[in-house]
Amino acid sequence: MAHASDSLVAHHFEDIDQQNESAVLGMWLFLAQEILFFGGLFAAYFVYRVKYPDAWAAASSELDIYLGGFNTVVLLVSSFTMAVSVNAAQTGKQQRLMMGMLVTLALGLTFVVVKFFEYKAKWDHGMIPGSGFVYHSTTGDYFAGVNPDQIQLFFCLYFVMTGMHALHMIIGAGLLLWLLALGYNGHFGPHRFMKVELFGFYWHFVDIVWVFLFPMLYLIDRSWMLQG
Amino acid sequence: MHTIAEAQRSAVFPEVNYLSARHTVASWLFTVDHKRIAMLYLVTISIMFALGGSFAALIRLELLTPAGDLLDSDTYNKVFTLHGVIMIFFFLIPSVPATIGNFLIPLMIGCKDLAFPRINLLSYYLYLLGATFAIIVLVRGGVDTGWTFYTPYSSTYAQTEVFYATMAAFAAGFSSILTGLNFIVTIHKMRAPGMSWFRMPLFVWAHYATSLIQILGTPVVAITLVLLATERIWGVGIFNPNIGGDPVLFQHLFWFYSHPAVYVMILPGMGVISEVITCFSRKRIFGYTFVAFSSLAIAVIGFLVWGHHMYVSGQSVFAGIVFSFITFLVAVPSAIKVFNWTATLYKGEITFEAPMIYAFGFMGLFLVGGLTGILLGSMGADVHFHDTYFVVAHFHYVMVGGMVMAFMCGLHFWWPKMTGRMYNETLGQISGILVFVGFNLTFMPQFLVGYLGMPRRYHVYSEEWQMLNVMSTLGATILGLGYILPAIYFPWSLFKGAPAGDNPWDAKGLEWETTSPPPTFNFDEENMPVVTEEAYAYVIERNTLGAR
Repeated sequence: MAHASDSLVAHHFEDIDQQNESAVLGMWLFLAQEILFFGGLFAAYFVYRVKYPDAWAAASSELDIYLGGFNTVVLLVSSFTMAVSVNAAQTGKQQRLMMGMLVTLALGLTFVVVKFFEYKAKWDHGMIPGSGFVYHSTTGDYFAGVNPDQIQLFFCLYFVMTGMHALHMIIGAGLLLWLLALGYNGHFGPHRFMKVELFGFYWHFVDIVWVFLFPMLYLIDRSWMLQG
Repeated sequence: MHTIAEAQRSAVFPEVNYLSARHTVASWLFTVDHKRIAMLYLVTISIMFALGGSFAALIRLELLTPAGDLLDSDTYNKVFTLHGVIMIFFFLIPSVPATIGNFLIPLMIGCKDLAFPRINLLSYYLYLLGATFAIIVLVRGGVDTGWTFYTPYSSTYAQTEVFYATMAAFAAGFSSILTGLNFIVTIHKMRAPGMSWFRMPLFVWAHYATSLIQILGTPVVAITLVLLATERIWGVGIFNPNIGGDPVLFQHLFWFYSHPAVYVMILPGMGVISEVITCFSRKRIFGYTFVAFSSLAIAVIGFLVWGHHMYVSGQSVFAGIVFSFITFLVAVPSAIKVFNWTATLYKGEITFEAPMIYAFGFMGLFLVGGLTGILLGSMGADVHFHDTYFVVAHFHYVMVGGMVMAFMCGLHFWWPKMTGRMYNETLGQISGILVFVGFNLTFMPQFLVGYLGMPRRYHVYSEEWQMLNVMSTLGATILGLGYILPAIYFPWSLFKGAPAGDNPWDAKGLEWETTSPPPTFNFDEENMPVVTEEAYAYVIERNTLGAR
């Protein structure tokens, strides 16, 4: 039997390949689970969007497209820096790995902070779902006549969907801190990089969720912006 | 002829095994050994089963008389809700996979542990967290929405502990997801040399299919419960009709998981039956590949039938027709299994040890449960049967007559492997018969009373239905005795049972090639198993077929 004397291999695995392949498959299955988790929200979103198209367009226009767009760029760049980190881990470039993860963490936190200010703006305008919800239109009479209750329904979904996404970002930031601490102690090397690679999977997944959330929530009907 | 006595004559209890490895409490609570985690689960779910069962006893006592004399209606609502929540989320879902499956899958495919031992332990603690939430619900006064948490009972009009109940189901759900994830990776990546996909025991196939449902279905109910909880706490009314939300959307999202979940509650049981039937009729399974693929077919088709819970919810007739048709389709792979087990028995050398009695009980009761399911899957008939005791009887035939029978069957079959001790065979047979008789007496009258129109979830009923309800309560008493017996003789066997030996049933499969109980890493580490034959290579020891 091919017994692994290498301490990198846990006792119940035969060799490092079996261990790594198991970890990768496990991560894919976890992400499949995540897709279905967000899938429930997406289903609810589409049901109501088809039911209330006008309210959806009007409510979407209340979101800050500039902050949302900025955050989209932030996340896409962070995906790039994470990919660089994974590559650095695989090739054993310690300094590049640490820099890459540090920048990724900074970008992730930037996203969360910007999101916080977006939420705060909605809070200040009373557009928080619940008994005190008020709809202040900032689009003039372009969307006149929409039902404010349905606007509130949109914001229910907006807060749950982006909140769930932000929660994943915060968990990701925590994991990154842990990986940075491990890296600082010299944990990673060209034969020991699975933790970074698997975290990369997770980080890209959270980014991709945002790539769907951004157009679905912010870009439903922006034609009023062109009418000066 | 094989006899149990023969196999046991020379049996000695192995000195080195996973139970004796270490004795401290911490060595159990922080173990990453799949066998020990399975035992932790077994103890915990048995406690939850007893708790859920005591609520069932209260229900049957109340229904002994037409008047509401034992419980008032609010209390009754809480009692049947807690019965459902505890039995479904804390017993049926984890029953076979988390205990017997957890114990056996690495043994059956010839590896040392599940792929992620620590995640396995995490899944146990998530289950325990969920169970703790369930206890909190109980202490704080219960929940009365029914186990389905339908909005707006659970949102606008709820006065009870809906939030903690959703958290209980949420935590138990993630425990279930992690178990499924662990199984799939283990089955893909950890099989012993020679253990090809089509040499795997059907128990493993059944768990593979179950795991798919756990991973792809459970997260949907998890997010749905999160939405419900946010509606309760912050008034974020996704299902609130006052702001245009749709309560029926909750039903769709809920049943998208909860219908496939009933296959989580039956597929592992079917896996158990395939193992036991072959062993005690000394035959190869009839149509191995059909049985294997029927598990996958049930898992896949099971995702497309949730609307048959909603024929009277206002769902469109067209949607109803489609769901009804697909519901009939899912009966096909289920029937394939029953036909194949029956064909396996044909000309077998059948013996009636306790596990086999439970297996026969499963086949009969699952058949009734399945066939009445077809009635309920028909749109027109369902309008009549909806929310009557007919439905209650149907799903108890599948869940209790099916899964609980299979769980008991598997527990008796593998108890010698798990503990290294034999239980009292006579008592085992008696309990199997008691459960079968008691079960039928409990639930057969409910088909009748449901057909006559008695609605479920009420604590008072018309006097003409009393006879049938008295029969049902009497049956439940016998059923309870049938479950109490094993609760006595299993623990007793731990101390006084005869050593089982490696293979007391003379059964096939890798799990029987190691000691009972197995060592911590399952097999002799210098001599890990290599598989050279197909599953169930049983041979009937007689000269000519059909000589008897």
